[in-house]
Amino acid sequence: MDVPLFLIFAAIAVACGVNVVVQRHPITSAISLIGVMGSLAALYLLLGGEFIAAVQVVVYAGAIMVLFVFVIMLLNAGAEGRSGRSWPVRLLGIPFLVLLLGLLSFVVQAYAPKTDRVVFGAFTSGGPRDIGKLLFTEYLLPFELTSVLILIAIAGAVVLARKEID
Amino acid sequence: MPSSYPEQYFPIVLQIAIAMAIAGAMVAASYLLGKRVRNPVKDSAYESGMVPVGTARERFSVKFYLVAMIFILFDVEVVFLYPWAVVYRDLGLYGFLVMFLFFDLVLWGFYYMWKKGVLDWSEEPPRS
Amino acid sequence: METVIQHPLFAPLVITAVIIAVFPLLAGYIVLVERKVLADIQVRLGPMRVGPHGILQPIADAVKLLQKEDIIPTEADRALFWLAPVIPAVTALTAFAVLPFSGHVVVTDVNVGLLLIAAMSAVGILGIIIGGWSSNSHYPLLGALRSSAQLVSYEVALSLGLIAGVMSAGSLSMLKIVEAQRERGVWFVFDNYGLMIIPFMVFLIAAIAETNRLPFDLPEAESELVAGFMTEYSGFRWALFFLAEYASIFVIAGAGVTLFWGGWLRPFPSWGWLDIPLNYVFPVALFGVSGLLTLRLAQRLKKYSSARAAFLALVGVGVALVGLVFLIPPVNAAIIGVFWFLTKVGAFIYFMIWIRGTFPRFRYDQLMNIGWKVLIPVAMGGLLLNAIVGMALA
Repeated sequence: MDVPLFLIFAAIAVACGVNVVVQRHPITSAISLIGVMGSLAALYLLLGGEFIAAVQVVVYAGAIMVLFVFVIMLLNAGAEGRSGRSWPVRLLGIPFLVLLLGLLSFVVQAYAPKTDRVVFGAFTSGGPRDIGKLLFTEYLLPFELTSVLILIAIAGAVVLARKEID
Repeated sequence: MPSSYPEQYFPIVLQIAIAMAIAGAMVAASYLLGKRVRNPVKDSAYESGMVPVGTARERFSVKFYLVAMIFILFDVEVVFLYPWAVVYRDLGLYGFLVMFLFFDLVLWGFYYMWKKGVLDWSEEPPRS
Repeated sequence: METVIQHPLFAPLVITAVIIAVFPLLAGYIVLVERKVLADIQVRLGPMRVGPHGILQPIADAVKLLQKEDIIPTEADRALFWLAPVIPAVTALTAFAVLPFSGHVVVTDVNVGLLLIAAMSAVGILGIIIGGWSSNSHYPLLGALRSSAQLVSYEVALSLGLIAGVMSAGSLSMLKIVEAQRERGVWFVFDNYGLMIIPFMVFLIAAIAETNRLPFDLPEAESELVAGFMTEYSGFRWALFFLAEYASIFVIAGAGVTLFWGGWLRPFPSWGWLDIPLNYVFPVALFGVSGLLTLRLAQRLKKYSSARAAFLALVGVGVALVGLVFLIPPVNAAIIGVFWFLTKVGAFIYFMIWIRGTFPRFRYDQLMNIGWKVLIPVAMGGLLLNAIVGMALA
């Protein structure tokens, strides 16, 4: 059951990802990106990270996509024109893509440590309680640093937007 | 009650699938059932009975963009609060202090935003 | 192997089917109740034509909407225009999956149930933005902009209110939240010496704003934006937006009831001697009195139309008979949880309609100021206060 489920959601993620690049209107690309986020959430869930899966939907599919769509509307970005590509680009694109994929799979094969097969439902410590316990004991420093990051981001957003308004 | 992950989450996947099917079927049914008489006036954008002026693909105030950005930051903060709220009774005072350290930095950010007038909506942004 | 997989999924599937089959009808009747209550507040009668006292109005509306002409503006982005109403409808219906109607009547219970509801309401916003943008018309665009800015602003306050409840419950699972209230013997609104009322009020106000209800219905303010992001929508696509709106009202009321009002628990869950008066006498009296009042209405209707009066009398007898069902102990045990849950959700929705009938609409800048400068600080303060008091109690 796990392998087909993984393949289904991985296929959706990849298909949506390709669609993000292929689509010429930014809004359509953004909607494809929601599909990517959604299937990534499903993949996290298959690994047992239910809290991460839910957060993925809340933060990425919810908040960040709203910002993306806003930016697209704000910039009034229309459909991209199809630029005439030069012949070396057309000629070399496909072989280089194949080469890149081959290289990537070789590296993963050769250097990734051998691990056990992941079984959906085997790992059950991805719930909010376990995350909370780890976050506030073992990973306390990164957690506290996140608040500094948020503070900096707020300051950055304010300064940038002020510049726009003035 | 189902206890394992697959048993817990398959119903949600099913629910999403059925909801999509129902919503799609409704849209399709209205497409098939309703009669259509098209004419250019009816199919133009609605502007209170006037002939539409210009395009709706226009630029708008940067304030909306700013709200979306700040929303993301607060959303991230809130997401960290969820696991804290779940374990807060187990952690006790330690958990509260640790969270307060996190919380008050974000509060300073909020205060800064407020003082900088980001939250003032009534004020017209000065035009350049 | 087959039976092992099928068995645990059978019950959730049935509940899903019932929810999705019943929901459009339920939404229709929430609309009817809303119209009737608003009419009553404004000293009018409300819908009276279709069926006695308008009780068949939702069905007539549904048939009408199905036959309506399907208009897509020429300028619109067709694919997105199609897609937009589907998004909020799917997210709202998905959120139903974790709503516990009672301890047994729930599609599924997951460790992140409450977060799932928050996630679905966050994604639903995209449908509104896309709907407004794809119409390529001024009013929908403005409506969508305002709507999304409003929704994201109030979502932070909503989450902060929810988190205060989660602090008391110690879980995000909807079933465990209610179980925690049973164990502690208190609905969480009254927890921490009653201080939880602050997060609850924040939640309530944010919930009204999240569902685009008056006094926060700026996105579809009729007097200035025609119908906001839905202006260009017609027929069943419009109905889908509408359905999603009422679905999310039900979901948010259900989440509020589960987290703050004890879900399917009866009032005073820890007092055993209240079992008979509250679990038997109350539902029987509620349905019995409603049935009798309906019969009286039917009697008055008789001088105008005997057929309508007979129909209404039949409805009244039916309602009274439902009350009698609660007298059978095994049946009572099975449905009393659902009864309390739906009663509380009904009260919650009634309250929202009441507010709609009472308050004038806010101006847009007031709305954003209330969201950021009042509601979020109050929510943060309430959260910290409850954290301190809750810790002192523990």
